[in-house]
Amino acid sequence: MRKLLGILVLLFPVAGAAQILDIEVTGIAQPTPVAVVPFGWEGDAPEMPLDVAQVITDDLFRSGRFAPIDEEKMLQKPTDGADIDFQDWSFVGVEAVVVGKLVQTGANAYELRFWLFDVFGRKQLFGYRMPASRGTMRIAAHRAADMIYEKLTGIKGVFGTKVAYVTARRQGEEQLYSLKVSDYDGVNDFTIMESKDPIMSPAWSPDSRQLAYVSFEGSKSSIFVQTRRTGNRFRVSSEPGINGAPSFSPDGRKLVVTLGGVDGNLDIYVLDINTRRKTRLTTNRAIDTEGTWSPDGRYIYFTSDRSGGPQIYRVRATGGTPERVTYEGSYNARPRLSPDGKRLAMVHNDRGNYRIAVMNLERRDLLVLSTGRQDESPSFAPNSDILIYATRQGRDGVLETVSADGLIRQKMASGAGGDVREPVWSPFPRF
Amino acid sequence: MMSYFKLFALAAISFLLAGCPSSPNVPDPEPTDTAYGDDAGATTDGMGDGSYGGGEYLDDPTAGELAMVIYFDFDSSEVRAADQDVVSRHAMQLGDNPNSRVRLEGHADERGSREYNIGLGERRAQAVRQMLMIQGVSAAQISTVSFGEERPVAFGSSEEDYAQNRRVEFKYTN
Repeated sequence: MRKLLGILVLLFPVAGAAQILDIEVTGIAQPTPVAVVPFGWEGDAPEMPLDVAQVITDDLFRSGRFAPIDEEKMLQKPTDGADIDFQDWSFVGVEAVVVGKLVQTGANAYELRFWLFDVFGRKQLFGYRMPASRGTMRIAAHRAADMIYEKLTGIKGVFGTKVAYVTARRQGEEQLYSLKVSDYDGVNDFTIMESKDPIMSPAWSPDSRQLAYVSFEGSKSSIFVQTRRTGNRFRVSSEPGINGAPSFSPDGRKLVVTLGGVDGNLDIYVLDINTRRKTRLTTNRAIDTEGTWSPDGRYIYFTSDRSGGPQIYRVRATGGTPERVTYEGSYNARPRLSPDGKRLAMVHNDRGNYRIAVMNLERRDLLVLSTGRQDESPSFAPNSDILIYATRQGRDGVLETVSADGLIRQKMASGAGGDVREPVWSPFPRF
Repeated sequence: MMSYFKLFALAAISFLLAGCPSSPNVPDPEPTDTAYGDDAGATTDGMGDGSYGGGEYLDDPTAGELAMVIYFDFDSSEVRAADQDVVSRHAMQLGDNPNSRVRLEGHADERGSREYNIGLGERRAQAVRQMLMIQGVSAAQISTVSFGEERPVAFGSSEEDYAQNRRVEFKYTN
């Protein structure tokens, strides 16, 4: 992500300490009513380049925590914070109001100004202005939604983040595979790589600049690291046999990978990306794969069937004896830790169905979050509050999100035909 | 006269030695002595005692074809008993042609996590590889790759679809 947003200026500092609205989230049943008033427009063209209010409305709605009201219900439609009338909004029954306008300041320069109000408290929570160009307008709108969301819930918003995923489309006898990146809401999808041979296991670098993935081009598996901005890529592992399951270390310098060798004994290795030196972490004859780092860099969690069926183990990243982590159920695989380090997501076989489950690492309890038969590839959003995963809808592979407490669920529209699979949520963008 | 008989006997004997080829569905003809061989092996009617002995084996059109894929049971990487013959024939073929190379492509059904399924596919490919090597095939002639669940031949989610996807394919590259 580039530096185009420039300097963010806090317009009207909140009097006293920042207040977080006390909004109770009881699940999809009672999302909080809010109003996002259509933004004003001051510029050359008859219409504003982007309906910013709609982007913010959609973001808040999709979070499952808010119910933005329709425009017809609004008794007033101010486009400047100074014009707010709390009486009108109390009457309508919303708890918070967003007012804003887009102002053109140059040929391709704009300013997004917006204010957030607490209706019950009859006060402004904050006012903000952000510079944007036509190209960065959507990002700016998402950033505004993030700020509003965080102010109202105390949770960091992820509306400006991205998702990488793999698609597979049948073309006659063959399949065409693509690795794609899009905004978290599916908009602006961009193809990173396309191939007649399978693509698997995409992984984001911590700075979001690179993706690692497995490609079967040439009818053998190799691990690539590709720079998003340039499309340049290099092969980091192409040993005989299996090369799979790449995942970046928190400092971005290493990958945990699975290597099988000529004899097909899958094991976990740590690979230094620059020197290509490998350190072997497991030697068991079992299938040891799907390694992933803990956010503090100390442990690598992985799948192993050394006890008969797949279970999750962890080993110190510097080496040691693996210890078993999961004991509930006959099948636990594909571990992923939440960025705050508190939870472990996995694929869990629950009475014959493969579902996404999350374990609280302190309490060691398991919560089954999804409801399908073939759910897989869980990935946490960078705020640790939402998971995205792949599921099946009829014959198609589609993506779904669920909140970490299981209360809010969202189906994502699948692309034009074919399968969508292996979603990976990006880190927070670094500017 | 004598030479004709010798020639004929030789022909009959060499025919018997060539025998019916390796069609597994067709049982070998009963062992006979040369007198019976007069009738070129497949003969039928005209048995003096009146018992029914009619019939003639037809050629099996697939007898020569070597299966290029074998299938596996759920959660298993054991080569089925019925397929051991197939593997042996591949072993023979590789043994007879030291320059030939085979790539064993292992596959799994779609259930469960993808990278773990790569492991399952590889286990199956390795089981076949070990069997070939035990039968004398050089390691240099064999490579393995696992596609896990990524390259199904059956795209549904029924047990039949799953059974068709749990397989190892023999891909000769030379």
